[in-house]
Amino acid sequence: MKEVKIKINNLSVYFNYIQALNDVSIELYANRVTSIIGPSGCGKTSLLRTINRMNDLMHGFRLTGEVLIDGVNIYEPEIDVVNLRKLVGMIFQKSNLFPKSVYENLAFAPMLHGIKDKKEIEEIVERTAIQAGVWNEIKDRLNENALNFSAGQQQRICIARALTVEPDILLMDEPATALDPVSTARIEELIFELKRKYTIVVVTHNMQQAARISDYTAFFYLGHLVEYDKTTRIFTNPANKQTEDYVTGRFG
Amino acid sequence: MSDIKDKLGMKSKQLGGIAAIGSIKSLTLIIFLVLFLILGKIFVEGIEVINWDFLIDSPRNNMTEGGIGPAIFGTIAVSILMLLFAVPIGVFSAIYLNEYATDNLLTRLIRASVNNLAGTPSIVIGLFGFGFFILVVGKSIDHILQTGLLFGQPAMLWASATLAVLILPTIIVTTLEALNSIPYSQRAAAYGLGATKWQTIKYVVIPQAKPGILTGVILSLSRGTGEIAPILFLGCAFFLPELPIAQINMGLFSIPMINPTDQFMHLAYHIFILATQSTNPALTMPIQYGTTLILIMITLLLNLAAIIYRYKFRKTLEITGKG
Ligand SMILES: Nc1ncnc2c1ncn2[C@@H]1O[C@H](COP(=O)(O)OP(=O)(O)OP(=O)(O)O)[C@@H](O)[C@H]1O
Ligand SMILES: [Mg+2]
Repeated sequence: MKEVKIKINNLSVYFNYIQALNDVSIELYANRVTSIIGPSGCGKTSLLRTINRMNDLMHGFRLTGEVLIDGVNIYEPEIDVVNLRKLVGMIFQKSNLFPKSVYENLAFAPMLHGIKDKKEIEEIVERTAIQAGVWNEIKDRLNENALNFSAGQQQRICIARALTVEPDILLMDEPATALDPVSTARIEELIFELKRKYTIVVVTHNMQQAARISDYTAFFYLGHLVEYDKTTRIFTNPANKQTEDYVTGRFG
Repeated sequence: MSDIKDKLGMKSKQLGGIAAIGSIKSLTLIIFLVLFLILGKIFVEGIEVINWDFLIDSPRNNMTEGGIGPAIFGTIAVSILMLLFAVPIGVFSAIYLNEYATDNLLTRLIRASVNNLAGTPSIVIGLFGFGFFILVVGKSIDHILQTGLLFGQPAMLWASATLAVLILPTIIVTTLEALNSIPYSQRAAAYGLGATKWQTIKYVVIPQAKPGILTGVILSLSRGTGEIAPILFLGCAFFLPELPIAQINMGLFSIPMINPTDQFMHLAYHIFILATQSTNPALTMPIQYGTTLILIMITLLLNLAAIIYRYKFRKTLEITGKG
């Protein structure tokens, strides 16, 4: 049974006078991977940042409509953004590890949120690194500067770091765009593994990748949600002509 | 064929370039030589008189003998107090401006003023310090606390406050630059992990901006130690053989503390006095060289510290820039 994790109703997002999303309604399912595809500037990143309220930090941001997580509107005034961001982790296109040791990177959030026991923190570091599939590569180099690791390793450390706050949802904004094919494959395997525990939303420009990793795919164009369906359907038999043109590479 | 020749035949332009570079090179060489001669002369003459006694003794015999101990002490004490005033105010102002203030007419005006303040002649800052700190602040404190004439007169406290005003713009500007150089992605990483704004600033932004901030602090410190104009009317003493130290009584023993309400001697001012105000400038010549050398060495050491720091900072930046 699929269960709705994120429900978005009539969402429009504005940055000053630019409208980034236009009346978007979509339901994202728990323990599924949903790909967000569409040409540059169609509002994919804006959508992700709306789900963990990172847009709040942007100048001139405004929204209408609702974003519900487990039935709760996250834009209600009594919602604590800090708790929300612990619930919704985010991975960015380029690794943004802190220029500190791997250990400090992974211990950052637990310590920030009040865990003092060193044993407990070490456990979190090990568990999340195993989950993110980097433990073997970092376990003997925990005190080394995180920026000494390869781009692919850094991205997986970023995923481990996002897991340290024990989120339910993982938002990934083009997590493999800056990586070589081997590192990309590892991230894709990882996403497949992680969906057992998490709800995952991935933005990607790579059609094959979307087809490989996701259960559902949403195609956006100029701020509109054009089509949303099972990935197999989107890539084999889309209902919309624009979607077909895009996934077959005829435009975009 | 001739077309190609036209394109390739840049000899005359190249000659012009060579001449320009040549003259720049020789000018640089001349400047370097002059600087070298001046510094060399100061070093050779100054090193003659510098010894342990020179560093700790008071001037004697109309300043024709003895050392410069009180001036070294005064310079260091006034500089420390200056930093105590300027660094917290400067750094927090910059943090506020860069991280919290919205971009509006007022904050833009403040930024522009800070930049302009950096170019204010130091004598003007000195007059401001006298008028503001001594006549307004000091006199008011005396009036309110009924302390007679304690704060309302020239003293190290007000001299360092005035020097703090002098270096404040530099500290604010360098701190702003350092904060600005931290990429948004680093802040996004912290926010994404549920950090609040202040936590992000405290644990991510400031630690990474620290080398840049410290470079600014050290550079402004070396500027502050060399300035006399701002402190001329603010308690810089002609001759003060006693150190401005107060013994704080703690019952059984007493702790010596810098007394900020005292007047003080200062290296830069001491050089000026020796050269222009002493009864026999010729006799004070060797001491002048020694004092100058000490002042230059202090400034040089501080600058060196800044350069080493910047070098380290650049290394971490290179790592950050990678992959
Ligand atoms: N912070 C912002 N301020 C102003 N406009 C913004 C901001 N963020 C996004 N936009 C605008 O909103 C629209 C959607 O941008 P968004 O970044 O969501 O696109 P995207 O689909 O992620 O594109 P890409 O594939 O290039 O990453 C664009 O027109 C963009 O210029
Ligand atoms: Mg994007």
